[in-house]
Amino acid sequence: MLDTFVIPLLQIAVLVNAVLVAVTFLVLMERKVMGWAQARLGPMRVGPYGILQAIVDPIKLILKEDITPAKADKWVFTLAPIMSLVPALVVFSVIPFGPDPLYYVADINVGLLFIISVTSIGVYGIILGGWSSNSKYPLLASLRASAQLISYEIAVVMTLVSVVLTAGTLNMIGIVEAQREAGLWFAFIQPVACVLVFIGGLAETNRLPFDLPEAETELTGGFHTEYSGMRWALFFLAEYANIIVISAIVALMFFGGWMRPFPNVEALSFLDLVPPWVWYCGKIFFFLYIFVWIRATFPRYRYDQLMALGWKVFIPIAIGNLVLTGIAKVVL
Amino acid sequence: MADDTNQTSEKPTPPAVSPRPKPAAGVAGRKPRPKAPPEPPKGPPDPAPPEGMEPPAYVAALQAGVAGAVSQVTYWVGDWSVIVPADRLLEVARFLRDEPGCGFDYCADVTATDWPPREQRFDVIYCLYSTLNRHRLRVKVRAAEGDPVPSVTGIWPAANWLEREVYDQFGVNIVDHPDLRRILMPDEWQGHPQRKDYPLEGPGEFLMEDPLDWLRVWKLPEEAESEIE
Amino acid sequence: MTKVIDAPRRIGQAFDTDELVLNMGPQHPSTHGVLRVVLRLDGERVVDADCVIGYIHRGVEKLCENRDWTQIVLLTDRMDYVAAATSNLGYVEAVEKLMQVEVPRRARYIRTILAELQRIASHCLWLGTHAMDIGAMTVLLYSFREREFVLDLFEEYCGARLTYNSMRVGGLPLDIPTGWDKRVLAFCDVMETKLDEYEELLTNNRIWLGRTRDIGVISGEDATALGLCGPPLRGSGVSRDVRKDEPNAAYEEFEFDIPLGTRGDTYDRYLIRLEEFKQSIRILRQAVEGLPEGPVMGKVPRLIKPPAGETYHPVESPKGELGYFIVSDGRSTNPYRFRVRPPSFCNLQALNRLCKGHLVADVVALIGTIDIVLGEVDR
Repeated sequence: MLDTFVIPLLQIAVLVNAVLVAVTFLVLMERKVMGWAQARLGPMRVGPYGILQAIVDPIKLILKEDITPAKADKWVFTLAPIMSLVPALVVFSVIPFGPDPLYYVADINVGLLFIISVTSIGVYGIILGGWSSNSKYPLLASLRASAQLISYEIAVVMTLVSVVLTAGTLNMIGIVEAQREAGLWFAFIQPVACVLVFIGGLAETNRLPFDLPEAETELTGGFHTEYSGMRWALFFLAEYANIIVISAIVALMFFGGWMRPFPNVEALSFLDLVPPWVWYCGKIFFFLYIFVWIRATFPRYRYDQLMALGWKVFIPIAIGNLVLTGIAKVVL
Repeated sequence: MADDTNQTSEKPTPPAVSPRPKPAAGVAGRKPRPKAPPEPPKGPPDPAPPEGMEPPAYVAALQAGVAGAVSQVTYWVGDWSVIVPADRLLEVARFLRDEPGCGFDYCADVTATDWPPREQRFDVIYCLYSTLNRHRLRVKVRAAEGDPVPSVTGIWPAANWLEREVYDQFGVNIVDHPDLRRILMPDEWQGHPQRKDYPLEGPGEFLMEDPLDWLRVWKLPEEAESEIE
Repeated sequence: MTKVIDAPRRIGQAFDTDELVLNMGPQHPSTHGVLRVVLRLDGERVVDADCVIGYIHRGVEKLCENRDWTQIVLLTDRMDYVAAATSNLGYVEAVEKLMQVEVPRRARYIRTILAELQRIASHCLWLGTHAMDIGAMTVLLYSFREREFVLDLFEEYCGARLTYNSMRVGGLPLDIPTGWDKRVLAFCDVMETKLDEYEELLTNNRIWLGRTRDIGVISGEDATALGLCGPPLRGSGVSRDVRKDEPNAAYEEFEFDIPLGTRGDTYDRYLIRLEEFKQSIRILRQAVEGLPEGPVMGKVPRLIKPPAGETYHPVESPKGELGYFIVSDGRSTNPYRFRVRPPSFCNLQALNRLCKGHLVADVVALIGTIDIVLGEVDR
């Protein structure tokens, strides 16, 4: 009873809340980091250094009027934000924050497959949201989102397959353990894959330079043009939760997850004093920072350029990487 | 506002408005009294070039090349302009663009002026520039209300919006324009606001026969009457 | 290019698809004000773009015809409100030309300084918004940081930060404050280093190149025929700058180059404006260092009343050729006809031609590249 229901439920409660709180602070972090990058301060008014902004913003969004356009498809319009948020949260169930069962909700053998399939569902929220708004800008945005999904998902999945080949398992814990056995982070064994997955992650989460479905200055917000209040906030939560997911996956698959650096070097064992989940969160934080940094630096790709990049560059590289990995696996 | 009221009260047939005494207007012309300006000017001075000043080569070329099209050459503070009749405009324009000595390939501006007392009340003015030879010329066409003025869009595509603006603001009848719509004012607007007899205050969108009519709409009848008197 | 457009259209006929009419603006983040563009789209490809303007038409021309000659200066501020000093300059010079007034050399120098500072401020705004439209957000805040310097200089000179009313017929209302010229020089030094920052962020950025290279290509002949002016015209390789061709203020006394593009695309127009920053700094340095002593106001009658006549006077505003066509009847204290040749208006005319065959995403880049200010387009 305790093991099958109470503890998992507690874990889920803690995890969901942690993710949601992390998202609000991620927004604050983004605004702050962007501010520093752009020679300004970012939010400063609420609380010391604007820290409480993370709490005030959600309150504001909850209190805002929730508008459904008269011509929207009401059911789908309501369903879309939920459809985009839920997968983002579900993914966290198979991400291990540490080696013992306390740190993860579920340990399934096909963890990576589960992650890939669930994150792909997330884009339906965007497509349906754009479609059901019954408005032209969101419609264009949802078209862009589906095209983007096709171009990137294939490359990212193929790249992940090459990592799976290297690790010999789809289990998330297994992948981390494989890195311990290899004595090296997969980022050094599979550097191409690491970069590809990260860039693909940028595209998956609709971040600059790939934020075409949103494209504030072109499509006036894209798929969420017609959304307001909490429904809009759900899209927002989903986007930022997805950013955390991508950072978590990259940290886990290529940077050793919860392990300290050089796990096999005895001389550095004092680093074990830091609990594993702190290591992991630190790594995730690092990638979140890169996400924000990229946003502050790059212009936006155009729709056709992004497709060309996906189909003509990333997929061939991914296939090549996969073939090389296979050959290396057979030969070595 | 007061200017306009007074000007128009001297128009040929103001119904139900007693004409202003003429001397008052004449006296006020000398005194800086803004309320009563002199009668509206009959037209631009269009001064001829001073004695001994030869028109530049491109004007001479135009006079020779399109015989009889230039009805007047004027010069003022360094600017040369020619006046041509509306029916020769396209010929002149094409010559000015294609003749190497002229080479006016850049139509900087198309605009108009309105001189209501004159019979051909509109001057449509084309400010031309040559990016090859670096000289300027203004071409002027006179047109009465409703007189067709050919569009020069076929010669200088730049004139497209500028002519639309002339049509919108002055109501000059520009013919053969590919896309003659209002541009600055809303499509359903009545009247042409840059004309000199367009009312400066009141419900301008209902262009009235007599610009004083707005007083009757705006104010109580007796007040309006006293204002007109 | 045409083949690319034709193919989907044929498919469209086969599958009975339709064109999508997309209304962009007047409330849209990247139409730079209240421009409305009605796009006819084939997928995301633009078939036709129709600009609807006039949303902030205030009748400035008519208004000026009913104000006296000195009052008009502040109305010209309200047209191109991000380059008010250049608007002032064009107007006062047109009236001076009509009155044949001699302007003191010092005043002409200070006018040049103001106009060039204004060009830098206006180009800063253009750079920021153009980059923002294409998604590079940081450039906006960087270029606004430098624009702030210019606005501070203007504030010190005339007390205003946006609508300066900084010139008078015959000269200037006031001489420069003490030490102002030193601060202009200091600004030149700062600006030069900041330009490198912009270039680092954009010039060799692959995404920026991809978004601007070969977008909105227009040949020199087409650009001239369409009446483009300013950087868009020079981007197509036409050497045309009013400052060189018909020098006004004190421009003939300074050395500067006119950058010219070769391809006539958005990237060339971007490079040209960046080069213009440097040329403006060059002019500023020469003007400040050679600033002559003397009065700043010429001999002008108290009641300004030019003799009857008409003139057209162009100046090079940051957007292009800003012309004033002014008719005086010689009797009243207001112009009989006051006409502005707005560079933004004439450049905007080319939008349809530039957009055809490109994608929606390029439309915002093209609106950015022609650098419009709706206050001037609509007047």
